[in-house]
Amino acid sequence: MKYILKLFSIIIIIIASNSYSFAAEKVEYLKTDWSFKGLFGKFERSSLQRGYQVYTEVCASCHSMKYLSYRNLAEPGGPEFSEAQAKAIAASFEVTDGPNSDGEMFTRPGKLSDKFVMPYENVKAAQAANGGAYPPDMSVLVKARGGGVDYIYSLLQGYEEAPSNVSLDDGVYYNKYMYGNKIRMAAPLSDGLVEYGDGTTATVEQMSKDVTTFLMWSAEPHLEARHQMGFKAIVYLIILTILVYFSMKRIWSRVESEV
Amino acid sequence: MSEKKTKRRDFLFTATTAVGAVGAAAVVWPMIDQMNPDASVKALASTEVDVSALTPGNTLTVLWRGKPVFIRRRTQEEIDEARSVKMEDLIHPEKDEDRAKNPEWLVMLGVCTHLGCVPLNDKGDYNGWFCPCHGSHYDTSGRIRKGPAPWNMEVPKYEFVNADTIKIG
Amino acid sequence: MSDHDYRPKSKVGQWFNDRLPLLTLANHLTDYPTPKNLNYWWTFGGILTFCLITQIVTGLTLAMHYIAHADMAFESVEHIMRDVNYGWLIRYIHANGASMFFLAVYIHIFRSLFYGSYKSPREIIWILGIIIYLLMMAAAFMGYVLPWGQMSFWGATVITNLFSAIPLVGEGIVTWLWGGYSVDNPTLTRFFTLHYLIPFLILGLVVLHIWALHVPGNNNPVGIDIKKPSKDTVPFHPYIVIKDGFALLMFMIVFAFFVFYAPNILGHADNYIEANPMVTPAHIVPEWYLLPFYAILRSVPDKLLGVVAMLSAILILAVLPWLDTSKIRSAVFRPLYKQFYWILVADVLILGYVGAMPAEGLYLLIARVATAYYFLHFLVILPVLGFKEKTLPVPLSITEPILGGSPNLAAARNKESKIE
Repeated sequence: MKYILKLFSIIIIIIASNSYSFAAEKVEYLKTDWSFKGLFGKFERSSLQRGYQVYTEVCASCHSMKYLSYRNLAEPGGPEFSEAQAKAIAASFEVTDGPNSDGEMFTRPGKLSDKFVMPYENVKAAQAANGGAYPPDMSVLVKARGGGVDYIYSLLQGYEEAPSNVSLDDGVYYNKYMYGNKIRMAAPLSDGLVEYGDGTTATVEQMSKDVTTFLMWSAEPHLEARHQMGFKAIVYLIILTILVYFSMKRIWSRVESEV
Repeated sequence: MSEKKTKRRDFLFTATTAVGAVGAAAVVWPMIDQMNPDASVKALASTEVDVSALTPGNTLTVLWRGKPVFIRRRTQEEIDEARSVKMEDLIHPEKDEDRAKNPEWLVMLGVCTHLGCVPLNDKGDYNGWFCPCHGSHYDTSGRIRKGPAPWNMEVPKYEFVNADTIKIG
Repeated sequence: MSDHDYRPKSKVGQWFNDRLPLLTLANHLTDYPTPKNLNYWWTFGGILTFCLITQIVTGLTLAMHYIAHADMAFESVEHIMRDVNYGWLIRYIHANGASMFFLAVYIHIFRSLFYGSYKSPREIIWILGIIIYLLMMAAAFMGYVLPWGQMSFWGATVITNLFSAIPLVGEGIVTWLWGGYSVDNPTLTRFFTLHYLIPFLILGLVVLHIWALHVPGNNNPVGIDIKKPSKDTVPFHPYIVIKDGFALLMFMIVFAFFVFYAPNILGHADNYIEANPMVTPAHIVPEWYLLPFYAILRSVPDKLLGVVAMLSAILILAVLPWLDTSKIRSAVFRPLYKQFYWILVADVLILGYVGAMPAEGLYLLIARVATAYYFLHFLVILPVLGFKEKTLPVPLSITEPILGGSPNLAAARNKESKIE
């Protein structure tokens, strides 16, 4: 028994250290307290709502989020806007629909069931508008980067003057957390760029945290349900394991005394 | 082995089995529920239809939740016919006034309540619809009059958003 | 099942059983005499059965929502994760289930290596096991392609390109595998088909594996033949069932931890980027369970020989019963083998580690040494050891004193538990 546990832990450590070691370069990311980490981790609603504001006012002009729908904004475990708010948000976007009975496409205000409207028609259009670099879709961005939330959080705050030995082309910026340090996105955030409705001061740090929280939710919309179910499942398994252990002792006591 | 000991063992085994069974049942549920309509399907609940071009005596068929919906703009004769039927003559008694709030417009799921085929328009012994699969006859209110179907064709939830637009669902 | 004179009690049971002896089979399975000294390393057979069933059930349910098309596969996986009821749970169980399956199968294989379970008369069980293992690798590899992320795409490209190492016909075979000039939609649909098929082949082989096991019966930590049924054995039910159940629950706790709290830790971030034939990720790494073989592949500087080395590393296991010349099964009574066994375990872990590292400098050197040692172990050390090694006295039965009278079973057991 002990040995099984020991072996498990050894293997887990090896696997974990392996998967961590691919995570890009060994840069120390900026740290902050994420409310969604840990056994009972949950999102902070206000942070998610602010994060949505940052996304929609800043990021959404270049970055799509094609796997999200407006209805998600009102679903439990997310920003939890009221249904009326989510409807209003959806209605503020022009959605292309059709074809109508004349065979033509038309636009209409968005509905809850619509996917987030994309800033560009397609990847080529996005590249053409951004000097050849495609601004990646943000739906699962946090899970698509080795450093996860810490990486995104750091990257948003990692813009600085390029060291003198690094030469940058036009439209390329220096970011100390970017893989290779060269990034095609200009620093997207500056203090006071958005005006938060709840009175929170919109520092770069605050906005980075909020929008990263929002991106974590968009990548893992069932995270809260997963944590809650996980805790119940593991407690249940432990209880059953204990019961089975004693049952086993009882059953084996019939033969072990003879050995 | 003393009697007391036996009892305790029985309790332990019963408890273990019971707890294990509860867990097994809990695991089965997600595997079943995954086949229910998912969140994106549930979200597509309503559809809006422009009926401005529909003239009396004609039917528009639109798709809603993957099923055809008949939107019939009825003539005065059809309305009179539907409203004059006695309740005793109906297999599934429903007043036409309840089925078509605005008598000119009949909106219903174009699905035969027998086994789900789509009935044909302007056919059958009651000037309404006729299902070719197993011969069910519906009247001008979409009520079953003859044949194997047990119920009238279903009227979904709908409303006039404005004079020209019906929102179904 | 000839060792049974089972007759159902009820008339109906007799009538049925005379026509289809399912009740005899059930009786055989419950009464099956099992050595009573089996330790927890023997519970992994049951755990693996659980893994296979879990993968089949979750796989079937995922297949109800997944779309095997290059344009829609990635999106359909996101649809499963977001919209399908409990879709995220089922997918995470399936994805982590593959890793748990391999974790269990490696423990199962190394248990067999330690206690000599592959030796006569159990060679067929062992070879069936190796075939199952090969099919598992094929299923896992193709399953990893289905989400159509960057690692899916480039993993598929790299692995299928291995076949191009075959002289003359290699290129043709690769084009045939792809159904085109690169990994694309035809490749995805055929991989999905095969990924769906293979688990059922595995299931069939598992039945044969267990059937072949039930002919000679289980090996045991002492490694001697035992009389069955006797006081050395217990019936499978309830003794082994409850013990397997207990071990399975421990295993499930680890499994649940991954599913609920670290569902992506065993995967690779790049697989959440949709496949893009224009850009290769910076590091292409297979899933952890294939890393030792990946290291062997990369440690050989020649394309063809690399592939040959990698395949040999697996196939060499199939002839293991004839490479190991020792008559003694259990390493408990083979002091030298026991040491070489642990060196092999370390060697494989090292191979796994360097397989995850870039193939350059010191890592490459270590990979080469470890690869050489891997083959040395099977081709030289094992055959020679059988003749040279001075083994310890083996007991006559698992409950009786050792031949020669000196240490008793308790001592043997102590030794066995000290193998850590």
